[in-house]
Amino acid sequence: MTHAPEEIASGAAGGGRLIYRHGLLTRLTHWAWAVALFFLLLSGLQIFNAHPTLYIGKQSGFAFDNSVLRMDAIYGPDGQPQGRTTVFGHSFDTSGVFGMSGPADSPAYRGFPAWATVPSYQDLATGRVVHFFFAWVLAFTLFVWLVSAIAARRLRRDLLPTGQDLRHLPRDIGDHARLRFRHDGRYNVLQKISYGGVLFVLFPLVILTGLAMSPTMNAAWPFLLDLFGGRQTARTLHFACMLALVLFFVVHIVMVLLAGPVNELRSIITGRYRTRDTAPPAEIAAKEARS
Amino acid sequence: MSRTFLANRRRFLTLAGVAASTVPLAGCDVLDGVLSGDSAVRQTLASANSLSYRVQRMLAGDRLAPEFSATEIRQGQRPNGSTDPDGADYLALKATAFATYRLPVTGLVEKPLDLGLEEIRAMPSRTQITRHDCVEGWSCIAKWTGVPLATILDQAKVKPEARYVVFQCYDAMNLGLGGPTPYYESIDLLDARHPQTILAYGCNDQALSVANGAPLRVRVERQLGYKMAKYIKSIELASTLAPYGGGKGGFWEDVGYDWYGGI
Repeated sequence: MTHAPEEIASGAAGGGRLIYRHGLLTRLTHWAWAVALFFLLLSGLQIFNAHPTLYIGKQSGFAFDNSVLRMDAIYGPDGQPQGRTTVFGHSFDTSGVFGMSGPADSPAYRGFPAWATVPSYQDLATGRVVHFFFAWVLAFTLFVWLVSAIAARRLRRDLLPTGQDLRHLPRDIGDHARLRFRHDGRYNVLQKISYGGVLFVLFPLVILTGLAMSPTMNAAWPFLLDLFGGRQTARTLHFACMLALVLFFVVHIVMVLLAGPVNELRSIITGRYRTRDTAPPAEIAAKEARS
Repeated sequence: MSRTFLANRRRFLTLAGVAASTVPLAGCDVLDGVLSGDSAVRQTLASANSLSYRVQRMLAGDRLAPEFSATEIRQGQRPNGSTDPDGADYLALKATAFATYRLPVTGLVEKPLDLGLEEIRAMPSRTQITRHDCVEGWSCIAKWTGVPLATILDQAKVKPEARYVVFQCYDAMNLGLGGPTPYYESIDLLDARHPQTILAYGCNDQALSVANGAPLRVRVERQLGYKMAKYIKSIELASTLAPYGGGKGGFWEDVGYDWYGGI
């Protein structure tokens, strides 16, 4: 998380100050999550491909239909096979990506295409090995980060939106829409909401819905099934969490690129961040104190 | 500096190098080689399975798997894996409607057994409505009737050195690697003596169908479907899994699936 904007050097270039923005643990956990989520995504899609249908409820309907997403291949009106994706009863031709992909002369009939899974070929056993290893990495680093953030009282300072933050929410949304960013080394309210949402909503939810799919954990913690409305709903929610995390990743990368990729990348690698706010730190602190 | 440390460090560096070199890539066939078979990377990643196993065992203890009400049975049990074994010995049994079926219980027991189907059906039974979870991701709720495996183990008087129950099966699976391989599975005594672990001969108030494993299949309700061997030919009590099949405790385990299928 952000450290209090402790000044390292008054920058002549760009007019900003160089501050120490991200502590070592924040930088390490950030990159551990980046690697873990990358492998969890690709191995998760491999696992999904073993049965590329999602349902609502306790079981999968074979004699009845409780599916909400299905990827399969059918023969189209022209007699040629095509990939089909069905979402809430609406079917789309998704040849080349979902349901059918790969070279035109020897297409593969699979949910997600080879470039989106690890391993690239169909191998559920290996997908599971990779998935569960990185699931432990995610859970362990989340735990370490949480304990250290609580111990250092950083959650309230860096991630909890303040009253002032919330009052500034419409203005912040407007600023972001016009691609005008503040660079004072602190998180703005939209950052607080999205980082907080990932750390306190999506990460716990993706871990718990994952556990709710385990028959042994169903014996240990049966309340998970009640919480999520059955194992197959949990599987669907697990997939929805994945989509939300992918959306976060895309927005995160776009924002880094727009906000100045060199400065942003430097801050998450070395911790050093150049602000563009020329006000001295004392003034910022005083402003915050008044609010 | 110990050798183990160096080996672990080298393993870590290999892993870190692999991870770093692939992160920017969208396509992942680069990883196919290092993840296949018994590579060091694969083994390192798979070591997380033993952590998962221990944590699941610790949290679940001998708690019961959830059971469901009769209204939750909304379809027949979906068959998977082998659904119609064609071995000569199985076809002969099927021809007699399994009247000639015998179940040998051997290995590390004081009193080896050889039970007929009528004897097994005469034992005190247990009926449970449970959810079958396939490793592929789907689930199906059905009612299972059978004899608790613990009852049979008690009759056979398991020797103290026994650690596993091994199920040999009549069906063979063909994955295109050197022809059909007989199916087998194994569970430890904790799961074998769990009250919901039964040798099922009935499903949804009918005799167990051939597609679902007639005449006997084991139900291990806190694990995935591949652990629940169908077409059981014999039960052996063993102290190690090494002599069976590829030595990893089951047909699917030998091709890379985890032995404890709890998640």
